[in-house]
Amino acid sequence: MTKGTLNFSTSKLFPVFTLLAILPIWEVMVRMFEIPNFLLPAPSSIYQAFIAVDPSRWAIHLWATLRVAILGFCLSLVISLPLAIFMVKSKFLAKTLYPILVIIQSTPVIAIAPLLVVIMGAGEAPRLAITCLITFFPLVVSATTGMMSTPEELIELSKSLKASAVKEVWHIRLPYAVPHIFSGMKVAITLAIIGAVVAEFVAAEQGLGYFVQFSTSYFKIPQAFAALLLLSTLSLLLFKTVQLIQYLFFRWSLPKDKF
Amino acid sequence: MLPHVTFEGVGHTYETQDGKNVCALDNINFSIKKGEFVAVLGPSGCGKSTLLRLLAGLFPATKGQVSIYDYPVAAPQLNTGIVFQKPTLLPWKNVLENVLFPIQYKQGRVSRKNKESAANMLNMVRLSEFSEHMPHQLSGGMQQRVGIARALLMDPEILIMDEPFSALDALTREQMGFELLDIWRQKPKTVLFITHSISEAVLLADKVLVLSPRPAHIIADITISLPRPRSLNTINTPEFSAYTDRIRQLIYHPNTNARSSVSGDKND
Repeated sequence: MTKGTLNFSTSKLFPVFTLLAILPIWEVMVRMFEIPNFLLPAPSSIYQAFIAVDPSRWAIHLWATLRVAILGFCLSLVISLPLAIFMVKSKFLAKTLYPILVIIQSTPVIAIAPLLVVIMGAGEAPRLAITCLITFFPLVVSATTGMMSTPEELIELSKSLKASAVKEVWHIRLPYAVPHIFSGMKVAITLAIIGAVVAEFVAAEQGLGYFVQFSTSYFKIPQAFAALLLLSTLSLLLFKTVQLIQYLFFRWSLPKDKF
Repeated sequence: MLPHVTFEGVGHTYETQDGKNVCALDNINFSIKKGEFVAVLGPSGCGKSTLLRLLAGLFPATKGQVSIYDYPVAAPQLNTGIVFQKPTLLPWKNVLENVLFPIQYKQGRVSRKNKESAANMLNMVRLSEFSEHMPHQLSGGMQQRVGIARALLMDPEILIMDEPFSALDALTREQMGFELLDIWRQKPKTVLFITHSISEAVLLADKVLVLSPRPAHIIADITISLPRPRSLNTINTPEFSAYTDRIRQLIYHPNTNARSSVSGDKND
């Protein structure tokens, strides 16, 4: 037991070791081959660019991106769960809506982004819409699949107790879908950051995506790299947050330890 | 005495997803007395489960009538408990909560009395120490015992069991059979027990209905007059083997057997 936990925590640190090992190699390579800063900046110059920017400025950009990502994600969740429920309960809706969802999913969101800005104006609305569009599909699909995977016997048990459809969904189908929904959420939360950044590329005055674009257009490549790393960290943290929520509130839905 | 459960000329045809009509049951007639243990035996996919679901009132028969005390079964009955082939416990609830689930689900809350009777049920299926465990921490046999406790909680008059032990290993399966008999002795119910194991049917039931392949009809209605309580010794008796042999004959050689039994009747 103790040994198992020990192994687990050390193995968790492996990726960190790998990253730490890469950094000096990167630094040495850049210096040895005299790679120009605007092609590939050394870690040291990225770090210098990072501290050169005022923390409050970072905070503003970070918050702008985070806000759009989280709001867009939540909006997407609020729309996709009821939609999934309707599609599970009604064959008609499933048949009519699913093809439309697939078409939306097949259309590159990045291509729709400029159109959305034209339609919805330059405010936060198009950014939320883009994030919502990009995160929507995995959430609907995972929730639908999860609810459909409810054992038929439980549905029969529910019927034999003469329960309403609402009860069936709320007490049986939705809880059953929780593991699936969390898988979908893990995919969607990282897509949410992508959505926010894409939206910022198209129209924004704030946000890490905007800051990457702004920095590159002034050839401040190390600064763009710093923003990029921050974005990756942000995305990772959001992913971990979803994992943590699942661990704290839905521990039963995690893969089981075998006895 | 009025039979508890009656199937009169029951037939069922359903439509598959590709639009074909499948006749699952054909002209099924039998009745179960109150407190009687009836096993339905038949090859896989012969419509045994359909039979059970008709009694549970999950859907109506396309032909004939299923009735409980002369009242036609038109909708699910609250006085029937169902044990399914798989335990189908809720993975997010512990053992006690799973047993209480039907009441919680039906009434929205559970009383102290409900909790007490759930604890009694768990005691009866010998799972008292496991009431706080989560389903995935239990073995298959233990999960199925939780399923039985759940079905018995509301003290139903009729217990419907759909191959409840078929997912278990052979040893556990035999043991569960004896446990079920024990529970049944403590809490007499009218039982409709679906199985595809001949020895299980003979060991448990008062009466075995043998079904033909689809569309299922009853090819034999055999009263098992082995003395109760039945135990491991019952299995070793020649009477037990006589029953199992006879049923095996009926299933594997239905035609020859029908002829021989007819001629046998004449000789008698």
